[in-house]
Amino acid sequence: MLLEEIEALGAEQRERASALGTVISVCGAAGCQSMQSDALREQLAAQAQSRGLKPEECTVRQVGCLGLCGAGPLVSVEPSGRIYQRVRISDAPAIVDLLGGDVERIQLDPQLPFFTRQHRIVLENSGAIDPDRLEDYIAAGGYLALAKALAEMTPAEIVAQVTRSGLRGRGGAGYPTGLKWGTVAKAAGSPKIVICNADEGDPGAFMDRSVLESDPHRVLEGMAIAAYAVGATEGFIYIRAEYPLAIARLKTALRHAERNGLLGNNISGTPFSFRISLRIGAGAFVCGEETALMASIEGRRGQPRPRPPYPAERGVFGHPTLINNVETFANIPAILRRGAAWFAQTGTERSKGTKVFALAGAIRNAGLIEVPMGISLRDIVFEIGGGIPGERKFKAVQTGGPSGGCIPEEFLDTPVDYETLTRLGSIMGSGGMVVIDETSSLVDVARYFMEFCMTESCGKCIPCRAGTVQLYNLLGRFSAREATPRDLERIAELCDVVRHTSLCGLGQAAPNPLLSTLRYFRSEYEAGLAPEGAGR
Amino acid sequence: MPAALPYFDAVNPPSEDKRWKIVAATMRKLGNERTALIEALHSMQQAFGYLDLPGLTFVAATLRVPLSRVCGVATFYHYFTMKPQGRHTCVVCTGTACHIKGAERLLKTIAEQHGVKPGETTPDRELSLLTARCFGTCGLAPVAVIDGAVAGSLTPDSLEERLAEVAGHAA
Repeated sequence: MLLEEIEALGAEQRERASALGTVISVCGAAGCQSMQSDALREQLAAQAQSRGLKPEECTVRQVGCLGLCGAGPLVSVEPSGRIYQRVRISDAPAIVDLLGGDVERIQLDPQLPFFTRQHRIVLENSGAIDPDRLEDYIAAGGYLALAKALAEMTPAEIVAQVTRSGLRGRGGAGYPTGLKWGTVAKAAGSPKIVICNADEGDPGAFMDRSVLESDPHRVLEGMAIAAYAVGATEGFIYIRAEYPLAIARLKTALRHAERNGLLGNNISGTPFSFRISLRIGAGAFVCGEETALMASIEGRRGQPRPRPPYPAERGVFGHPTLINNVETFANIPAILRRGAAWFAQTGTERSKGTKVFALAGAIRNAGLIEVPMGISLRDIVFEIGGGIPGERKFKAVQTGGPSGGCIPEEFLDTPVDYETLTRLGSIMGSGGMVVIDETSSLVDVARYFMEFCMTESCGKCIPCRAGTVQLYNLLGRFSAREATPRDLERIAELCDVVRHTSLCGLGQAAPNPLLSTLRYFRSEYEAGLAPEGAGR
Repeated sequence: MPAALPYFDAVNPPSEDKRWKIVAATMRKLGNERTALIEALHSMQQAFGYLDLPGLTFVAATLRVPLSRVCGVATFYHYFTMKPQGRHTCVVCTGTACHIKGAERLLKTIAEQHGVKPGETTPDRELSLLTARCFGTCGLAPVAVIDGAVAGSLTPDSLEERLAEVAGHAA
């Protein structure tokens, strides 16, 4: 499709949409789908049909994630703006009868801080468009950024714009995206390759799944822009096998984009060609590490290798490779469409834009949120998240999964950005946020993560392979109340070794959950010491 | 270039089973390149439910990868299994949110009711119990995937009910 065709199709679709009466949108992301949202949608459509409602009076459709996954299945209704939660199939007649009027039992207040405090860039189309329809994405302004970039911008201008925006890698480490793109653009060698890292392995994190299930074209567009900017002709999306729905949606999106000349040869009528293949992961956490991921794409064991050489110089199959996370690519179309300055308005001095977080654990509003960088953890947990269910007390919030740490109550007012979280002994990570209440033991949480790192260690380097086992065993002594004060010292020593001598991020960060809980909740470890005179 | 070794040109699947055609097609689509190994294993596991040695040998020969490396890859990744699965599978998520919300209790119940630990199959081959590292549906924790369908907000009782529904296997 040429630029003019995209604009025309977008305008036509928007006009058609504005002529519609009531539009009932049912969430079709994995969370709500597991609560029978497909059957619910069919029932709503059947009810509308049986009442003789024409499509222009009442349309029922599927959309992506509406955010509040813990209260699914969710249904939103336009133009009234109502949102219903925990909708049963038996609620369908009432919803259709009232055309989205008051159905009190299941009504959700759209003015909840959960909805109003969010700032949506990456998720702007989530829950607003049908992820299986390219037309919907184009109606929302999709692929305009790509077509414009190809027609009007040089690759260097794109890299400059991304650099100016201040966007940093959303996979967790926060490397400046523009800098990375510039390095790959300058690297000698061809072909160059663009990889999208969708191997979202952190337990408790589901941002990438949701973005891919709700707005897959956005990621494809971001990748194509990146490919043009760095001079790549081939792309891979490495996605984990645990996300079958996201894989299916991506396959559909790829097919539609190729058929319409938005991927493949001569994209949008220009000389630029770029094709994307999917690679399905096979359940190895370490494959989120970039060199391990590339080994896996090459059909080998997912084991990391030392850097340098960095992927930008020698990546997958030995070619210069750009590798970014799903959320990073999803930011790109918005930055190009609305400008670097617009993007840089949001966020803090060093962390620009927004971050998507997955809220889970002991929290009322479990689900997916997008907030400006710099918001406080307290606002996220207590205002947007609605606090802890029941009468229980907050104990800690875990960010960054097995590579992150636990942050206690006293630091809840810290603004969220890459640097502050690192200072607190945690990391931004990819965006998983698990809230822990007073009923959970943090020694147990630390042991849980150590067990995770122990089983997920690829076994290539000794500090990680053997160190995680020893740390896990030491933590077991605290759980069993058999530990000695010497064990506390041993833990500190061993953590130091594992952290500084492991080959890749998995081992280097494996001590983080342990060290952060030891730092803030030392008394829980002391409670695990053997009673005096127990023979040790 | 010398002609390819005849051994490699005459690679036959381990049996007449039609499912091998799917596996062979997957490899052919990727040019029978070594890099197609993981995709080939995915395709084989999807078709047969598990990986076995004759199948791995077939893949190794087709892609011209040493069998040792094929076995190395097949055993490295948790998703691949070398054991045949039961008629029904129950995968309990052990991600962080599910852990906090009681995944251990679910596993304990299944162990008590059906006598299987993660990775095991009941002697009557009805039910296989597996664990996974997060399905990304943490909003519904604790979660299990029973015969491919996600079941959320589980308690030991509701899990047993779900299992009884699919398998008629309640103790």
